[in-house]
Amino acid sequence: MSVKLTTRQVGDVTVIDISGRITLGEGSSTLRDSLRELTAKGNKKILLNLSDVSYIDSSGIGELVSGFTSVSKADGTLKLLGLTKRVKDLLQITKLYTVFDVHEDEAHAIRSFAS
Amino acid sequence: MDPGAKELLDHDYPSTLESVDQAESEILKAAGEVGFDEDEQHRIGMAVRECMVNAVVHGNRYNRNKHVHVNVAAAGERFTIRIADQGEGFEMEKIPDPLQDNNLLRHSGRGLFLMGAFMDEIQVQKTSPQGTEVTLVKIVGPRN
Repeated sequence: MSVKLTTRQVGDVTVIDISGRITLGEGSSTLRDSLRELTAKGNKKILLNLSDVSYIDSSGIGELVSGFTSVSKADGTLKLLGLTKRVKDLLQITKLYTVFDVHEDEAHAIRSFAS
Repeated sequence: MDPGAKELLDHDYPSTLESVDQAESEILKAAGEVGFDEDEQHRIGMAVRECMVNAVVHGNRYNRNKHVHVNVAAAGERFTIRIADQGEGFEMEKIPDPLQDNNLLRHSGRGLFLMGAFMDEIQVQKTSPQGTEVTLVKIVGPRN
C-alpha cells in the first residue's frame, strides 16, 4: 500500500492525516511536496497524524526531520500525532522521539499549538 | 555460505526500487518459514529494505547494467542475509554517527545504523573487483 495524505483544517492548525507507508520513492516525496506546499502558503501550525502509518523507513524519517526543520525555519511548528508502537520505537532508536513534540490525543495536540 | 547451511534464496535483482520491495517480500517469506515472529520479521524487513536501498541507490546508482545479489541461508540458529552490489563502495569511518547531537537533524545517514539496530550482527566488506557486500545475521531463538 502506498501513502495517502488528506489535509484538513482545525481552527488555525492544519492536520495532515497520513496512511500507508512512508518509504523511499512515492511515499516520502508525497509528504515532502505536501509540507513544502503548506509552508509556501504560510501555514505555520502543522500536525502530522501518523496513526494509520504502518511503516516508515530511513527515507521517511528523513522527510519528517526535513519537514520539522523547514517548518521551524519558516517560524512555524510541526508536531506529530498518534504514533504506532513501531513508529514510536523507530523514533526512540534514532533519538528523534524527544526532538519532535509527540501527542496521542488530537484535541490535546491542537490545544498545544496555542501555548 | 556457511557449511551445513540451508540456502533459502539466491537471486540477482535489477537495480530498481521495485527490487527493494521484491527482495523484502521474499526474504520475509523465508524468515517466516524459519520461525521468526511478526515483530522480528518486521525488524528483518526494515534492515533488508535499508540494505537494498543502499545497494540500489548508493551502490549501483540505479544502473540497469548492474545487479544486486541476494543470498539467504539458515544454519542452526543463524539466519544469514548477504546483499552485494557492484558499486564503488564506501568508507565506514566516513559515515557520521546519526545519534550525535549535531547529526540528529540530518536528512539522511541512518540506514546502516538501523540495520545494526534491527539485526544481531552486521558485517560490511568490499568485494573484488568492485562492490560492497553486507552480511546481516539474525539469531533464531531466545534473543527473539
